Amino acid sequence: MSSLLITDLHAQVETDQGPKDILKGVTLKIESGRTYAIMGPNGSGKSTLAYVIAGHPRYTVTSGSITLDGVDVLSMSVDERARAGLFLAMQYPVEVPGVSVANFLRTAVTAVRGEAPKLRLWIKEMKEAMAAIQMDPSFAERNLNEGFSGGEKKRLEILQLGLLRPKIAVLDETDSGLDVDALRVVSEGVNRFRDETGAGTLLITHYTRILRYIKPDVVHVFAEGRIVETGGPELAEILESEGYERFTTVKS
Amino acid sequence: MSLAVVVPPVDLAPRTRSYEPEAFIEPTARDEEWKFSAFNRLKHFFVPDPNAGVVRASGDGVQMRPITSIASSWIPTDMAAAVARANVREGGVLEIPAQAEIIEPIVVDLTTSSAQAYQHLEIVAGSFSSAVVVIRQTLTSEISGSTVITVGDHARLTVITIIEGEKSTALVLQLPVTLGRDAQFTGALAAIGGGAVRIQNSVTYAAPGGSAELLGVFLADTGQHIEQRIFVNHDQPHCKSNVMFKGALLNAEARSVWIGDVLVRKEAIGTDTHQVNRNLLLSDGARADSVPNLELETGDIVKAGHASATGRFDDEQVFYLQSRGIPLDVARQLVVRGFFAEVLGRVGNVEWREELLSKISSRLGIESFGDSDE
Repeated sequence: MSSLLITDLHAQVETDQGPKDILKGVTLKIESGRTYAIMGPNGSGKSTLAYVIAGHPRYTVTSGSITLDGVDVLSMSVDERARAGLFLAMQYPVEVPGVSVANFLRTAVTAVRGEAPKLRLWIKEMKEAMAAIQMDPSFAERNLNEGFSGGEKKRLEILQLGLLRPKIAVLDETDSGLDVDALRVVSEGVNRFRDETGAGTLLITHYTRILRYIKPDVVHVFAEGRIVETGGPELAEILESEGYERFTTVKS
Repeated sequence: MSLAVVVPPVDLAPRTRSYEPEAFIEPTARDEEWKFSAFNRLKHFFVPDPNAGVVRASGDGVQMRPITSIASSWIPTDMAAAVARANVREGGVLEIPAQAEIIEPIVVDLTTSSAQAYQHLEIVAGSFSSAVVVIRQTLTSEISGSTVITVGDHARLTVITIIEGEKSTALVLQLPVTLGRDAQFTGALAAIGGGAVRIQNSVTYAAPGGSAELLGVFLADTGQHIEQRIFVNHDQPHCKSNVMFKGALLNAEARSVWIGDVLVRKEAIGTDTHQVNRNLLLSDGARADSVPNLELETGDIVKAGHASATGRFDDEQVFYLQSRGIPLDVARQLVVRGFFAEVLGRVGNVEWREELLSKISSRLGIESFGDSDE
């Protein structure tokens, strides 16, 4: 059992006009075996929360804490967080020219598992992982995310999720840019990962679409840099029909 | 920081060409040709050194011969080259016989025990021949001279030049290449070490149909000044040139200069030319000058293009790799190796491509990370 505990988290980003507060007191608990959704309008700070958990250098935490099983996450480097069992599936996976998918995956798996997988077993494992996400094996030789379609990038994120098997996974807008078929493949990948590992999963999304495929236990509504309402799956249905208006107009 | 440098188009007037150093006016640091150079570390090459030794070339089929017995079509185009040519006593000669198809790369080692030495290496690929030549030079002193390459009609020649060595050293090298009819040349120039290095790599076409690919990688660290000057002279119809140089500047005070001049003359109809230089600044205080020039005297060409870009490390790439558990130093390694992979991927010989990648990796600080999956 693992739990990621976020307590009264405040974070800001540096802008031309000086520092801007984006997270304004986020308190959240993510436990193994459970699935959480954070839903909110654009610009509410959802993606910032994901990046801050992963340790993106653009954001500065000004107060609050993040712990994984009681261990301070904020003092860890980005790669230490990943090795400790955190994973962020990014909304916009980054292209890295000249680095093959195969080389990248093996380097990442070696880092996270602490030892290089045996080459023969590794090739088999990678092929199976690619097949499971309906990705052509030829992608292994391509440069990381370079020239990939939006859907291909998202598939590769989920493939990494399956190989790296984190304790807590944060999926940032994984449904964006996916057609229905791709959404189903990606969702199946996430569900398989959840079922096999019993990890805790946090879905960050604007729309309820992905929640039809990946059922959340808890739904949080995020607005103005904090969680403003919490409920069960039925909350997502309400948001679907009513939208976010009542959360965005409360302020002044 | 990088500077975008704007200079007037190349001077189209015929250059001075002579074996006599006296035919040249001694350059100053303000001359267009030298103003980007590590002038103070190189200017002694304008003055003959009576105690200078000779760079010896060794390798399969390579002979050292008295310079007077070496027939070379190349005539020096600047004072340092003329001084070296006038004072070098011996030169290395590698002749690839006509129609020979040599599969195994021919490795040529260039060495000297002198504190200053002159160099002349003549590589001649006979018509219809095919070969790969690897020139290894680990600098230990001050070297001035030339490597003259002639690719015969319909010949295919790849020359991989690897320059390494101490920061206290200096090298001024002329690297002229002449292509015969339908000849194909690939040059891969890896300036991985050395102190003050200035390489002038020129291509001329003796007949129509030649194709030249000039590839280059360079690493510059504190105390290094790596200068590469490319000149492709399209004066024959239906020839191609493709130039791609990539450099990484590792630390503050690292300096690189890349000047790429491509001239397409009136008679060079059907020319297809492209050149690109990309530099990666890994540290504040490093400086990369990059000046691509393209001069067209005819519009009757297939295509012509050039590009230049100098940028910093992409933090998003590093973050992405780190977010998958890959430690920072390894992530940076991957990004830099990836940067060079585009150009090295074009080196057809797999064994030496890997050798270059591994040399670059080790210069970057880590011997290896993970295994190659290829």
